[in-house]
Amino acid sequence: MRLVADDISISRGERRLIQGLSFAVDAGEALVLTGPNGVGKTTLLRVLAGFIPPNAGAVRLEGAVDEASVGELAHYVGHANGVKAGLTVRENARFWVRYLVGDVSNVEAVLENLYLAEIAEVPAGYLSAGQKRRLGLVRLLLAERPLWLLDEPTAALDVASQALLSGFMQRHLDGGGMLVAATHGPLGLADARILELAPAISDEAMASGEVS
Amino acid sequence: MSAFLALLARDLRLAFREGSALGAALGFYLIVVTMLPLGLGPDMALLSRIAPGLLWLALLLSALLTLGRLFEADLEDGSLDVMATGTLPLEAVVVAKGLAHWLSTALPLTLLAPMLGLMLNLDFAAFPPLVATMLIGTPAISFIGTIGAALTLRSRRGSLLIALLVLPLYVPTLIFGIGAIASLLGPGGAGPSLMILGAISLGALVLAPIAAAAALRAQLG
Repeated sequence: MRLVADDISISRGERRLIQGLSFAVDAGEALVLTGPNGVGKTTLLRVLAGFIPPNAGAVRLEGAVDEASVGELAHYVGHANGVKAGLTVRENARFWVRYLVGDVSNVEAVLENLYLAEIAEVPAGYLSAGQKRRLGLVRLLLAERPLWLLDEPTAALDVASQALLSGFMQRHLDGGGMLVAATHGPLGLADARILELAPAISDEAMASGEVS
Repeated sequence: MSAFLALLARDLRLAFREGSALGAALGFYLIVVTMLPLGLGPDMALLSRIAPGLLWLALLLSALLTLGRLFEADLEDGSLDVMATGTLPLEAVVVAKGLAHWLSTALPLTLLAPMLGLMLNLDFAAFPPLVATMLIGTPAISFIGTIGAALTLRSRRGSLLIALLVLPLYVPTLIFGIGAIASLLGPGGAGPSLMILGAISLGALVLAPIAAAAALRAQLG
């Protein structure tokens, strides 16, 4: 399977963020989006997930069965974790596994993996920012999706949790998964392509940096 | 289907566990109906005659209070993004959330209505028709409400906008709800009013999620 962004342009309001950007992510490959604040990393991820239609160009998954949309085959973990404060850690995990049609019997093992088992009965509203983020990342392991779209996945995570996440990402890639992450810090992946987004400047309006 | 049921169960659990929306709606209903006789004077015959209309109107307003939070919490905590990446179409998400709203808000309000009817000197014979018309008519309130809630999701003072958007759409339900009570109490029994009331609810169940899902897609951008 292969994620292809074909000559996409994205505007937010009057501002042209990204102009004529093309790239492809093959199975087992990671693409890391970098660039200064406000350059459009989050917006690009939301376009890839299908939340925002690009102003021009197209995003598609080649080799997907039944023409499934990118969104249906992707995990999106954004700034907000999708965690309900009123539900306990376990209830949050059980809801997402059922909603995303994953394997319910996995829940306990995944909570254990992310060091959330001891606090499984705690309402998520009482968790620290880092614990909430770990709970948000639970979704990645609960349901199998070929594409992970991660927005600042390491934000608020301590060093041990970052290493844990790197391990999960590496295993996802080794299993033929695809990954696009926006980040400022290192993700700890063995080999990841970097796509540096530069501000689209007036008439040049070139948002695509070189792909190393 | 399991995703749909999971979402429905989650929303019901949150509604009853947090309880604030339901409590506010029930409390508002109680206070409005308590204050009406104070404004209208102690004419028991008058109160008895207009009680069904007052109870219906106050129920609409109480349900309206709770609509603002329908999608807002899910937008704020990022759940809406994740729901949009699920295999469940957004239309089905709206149906699940509308159904949860009906079960957790409209249904308790309906059950409270006859008790409040006592305060308005509502004729005992009118109790069953009142509850029956509310049971049939209130799904329209929840589902039409999803459109307003989705459209005003990112706007400030959204709850005021919802009232302006949604209340006019509640007019048919109100008219045929009252009409159905009158016809149920009359000699002819259930007339066309009751059928139209049911038709409005069924129509809202089918059409409102399409409109609300389109609005949600625009809000995700």
